[in-house]
Amino acid sequence: MTSAQIIQLLQSAIQFGTVIMFGAIGEILTEKSGNLNLGVPGIMYLGGIAGLAASFFYEFNNPDPNKLICLLLSFLAAFLASALGGLVYSFLTITLRANQNVTGLTLTIFGGGVANFFGGGLNTMAGGVGQISVATTSAVYRANINNLTNLGTVGSLFFSYGFMVYLAIIAAVVMHFFLNRTRKGLNLRAVGENPATADAAGINVTRYKYLATCIGAGISGLGGLYYTMDYIKGTWANDGTIESLGWLAVALVIFATWRSVNAIWGSYLFGLLFWVYLVIPNLGRKDIELYKMLPYLVTIAVLIFISLRKKQENQPPASLGLAYFREER
Amino acid sequence: MNTVMQHTKDPLLRIAKRDGIARPWAYTIRIIAVLLSLVVSGVFIFAVTKLNPLQVYEAMFDGAFGTSRRSWVTIRDAMMLLCIGVGLAPAFKMKFWNIGAEGQILVGGIVTAGFMRFFGGSISTPALLVIMAVMSLLAGCVWGVIPATFKAFWNTNETLFTLMMNYVAIQITSYCVALWENPVGSNTVGVINQQTKYGWFPSIFGQANTLNVILVMLLTVGMFLYLKYSKQGYEITVVGDSVNTARYAGINVKKVTIRTMAISGAICGLAGFIAVAGASHTISTSTAGGRGFTAIIVAWLAQFNTFVMILISFLLVFLQKGAIQIASQFNLNDYASNIITGIILFFILGSEFFINYRVILRGGKEADGK
Repeated sequence: MTSAQIIQLLQSAIQFGTVIMFGAIGEILTEKSGNLNLGVPGIMYLGGIAGLAASFFYEFNNPDPNKLICLLLSFLAAFLASALGGLVYSFLTITLRANQNVTGLTLTIFGGGVANFFGGGLNTMAGGVGQISVATTSAVYRANINNLTNLGTVGSLFFSYGFMVYLAIIAAVVMHFFLNRTRKGLNLRAVGENPATADAAGINVTRYKYLATCIGAGISGLGGLYYTMDYIKGTWANDGTIESLGWLAVALVIFATWRSVNAIWGSYLFGLLFWVYLVIPNLGRKDIELYKMLPYLVTIAVLIFISLRKKQENQPPASLGLAYFREER
Repeated sequence: MNTVMQHTKDPLLRIAKRDGIARPWAYTIRIIAVLLSLVVSGVFIFAVTKLNPLQVYEAMFDGAFGTSRRSWVTIRDAMMLLCIGVGLAPAFKMKFWNIGAEGQILVGGIVTAGFMRFFGGSISTPALLVIMAVMSLLAGCVWGVIPATFKAFWNTNETLFTLMMNYVAIQITSYCVALWENPVGSNTVGVINQQTKYGWFPSIFGQANTLNVILVMLLTVGMFLYLKYSKQGYEITVVGDSVNTARYAGINVKKVTIRTMAISGAICGLAGFIAVAGASHTISTSTAGGRGFTAIIVAWLAQFNTFVMILISFLLVFLQKGAIQIASQFNLNDYASNIITGIILFFILGSEFFINYRVILRGGKEADGK
């Protein structure tokens, strides 16, 4: 095991972790309002494809694309499309009181369908050949300052990533501050713990649930955007990776015990476990498949551990998964 | 309450829970929802393909039932989905969120493929089929009982546990695919026993998939009777409605949880056996292909009535086959079927609201629908 290998492993872990960190931070916000949204994979799909499609049409119609517009277009499209997915979920579960788990799973099927349909077909539909590719936008997302700093190992470990890696960390910290230190954040948590009490205290339960779910979905969708733009370099792959990453994001919420700052190291740990086979010598292809099981096994272990300890502060929001109907008490 | 309300303006729309609804009316609402969803899907199809939606639906019908071969593929896939839905029904009726059908199907499939590969020829096919069926039942059972045990004793969250078990099963499948690769370098197992057909479902009445239909229909009827008329089925209903009531009534909740998930997992494992021995004759990570998730929706929408599940399974598979047909006919890819499935499910889920609640306009009569 050389130091170059270790650096490569850590870099892979951080990039992998960033995808699921966005997913988990958004889902933490959503779950704090009492909505268990199992549509995270679908939402990440929507974010990924919307960002890709927006910059694709821009680059396709402009031979000399402006980098800033590339960035803004794809970022906004990803956030809005994912938030729209959250809105569908919110309307069905909050207003129409449909079952949250079933609605979430449907959103996952729908989002995966939309993304893979357009991801596979956009280029042909627009009259192009072969795979979709947005080189310019992807370059903006992957731009880093490692070449400027000349710091060697430190540089490649800390400065070799696109801006979204740092954005994820900032988002996690801001989310933590919001949920624990602001009035709105505390109100939101009250909604998730006991909506009837929150309602009696004059908090608009429906509005909080809607906003938390839609904004949460928007943030989760950024994970998909990071995946398409940075992780696989501005292309599309119909291989279902986003779906498995989306489920890992849901698992990460539990792993982080609903605290967004824990999601930072948790996500990197998941990444490390996923890529650890890179540094283990003499692995056959089939052994690699077994090693890829690790993040899931660790999540199961954590689930069991949390349920065994039963610590008050590690529990999910009390009304998670339940619809609220004022007249039903 | 009315005197207080006089001071403020009544909201434009009010919602009240229905006390009950006549069955035909409930089905009318559901049918309206499906029709609306077909209109929305039609608009989507038109926007993408610029084709007459009616023509497209015609093409879909052709794709699902156009030839007798296509009809049989539709029937075979509907049976597969139904089988998983039947397996999930007892778990969901107990409010145990078994999201792990994918994994349970895969482990059943792996065991079946393994036996087919190594014992095809040395054991006669009928005996081998029985062994494979039993082993796949056991494998699925184990995969279901693990999360159930933790749920029963330590209240471990079963939604995420079963979900993670899916990925463990997927990785084991990838491992087996790499292990049994044929031909080397293809990264697939290939069709097992292609020449000899050892361990394949035999043709009955000249059809290769008759046994699939017989098996799944037996399960469907059996599960209906089990849930509705057996003591265990009643225990499942009570635990699902209220764990505390169940405890008070002297039901051993732990035992019921584990037993029900053993049954649920075993039937999903058997679905893996049917998928491998009765349909694809190979194993890959897409053997389950998301059907474990779709089947949850089948079971939920049917309210665990296994006969209603037949209808919903056929509807969903029809859509899938139809969308694949459109895809190849109009040069699109077949993920369109997932979009249409999603739209239809959104509408059906939303329609449940109008079955359970009444929307009252401002000034509307309170006594309505009592």
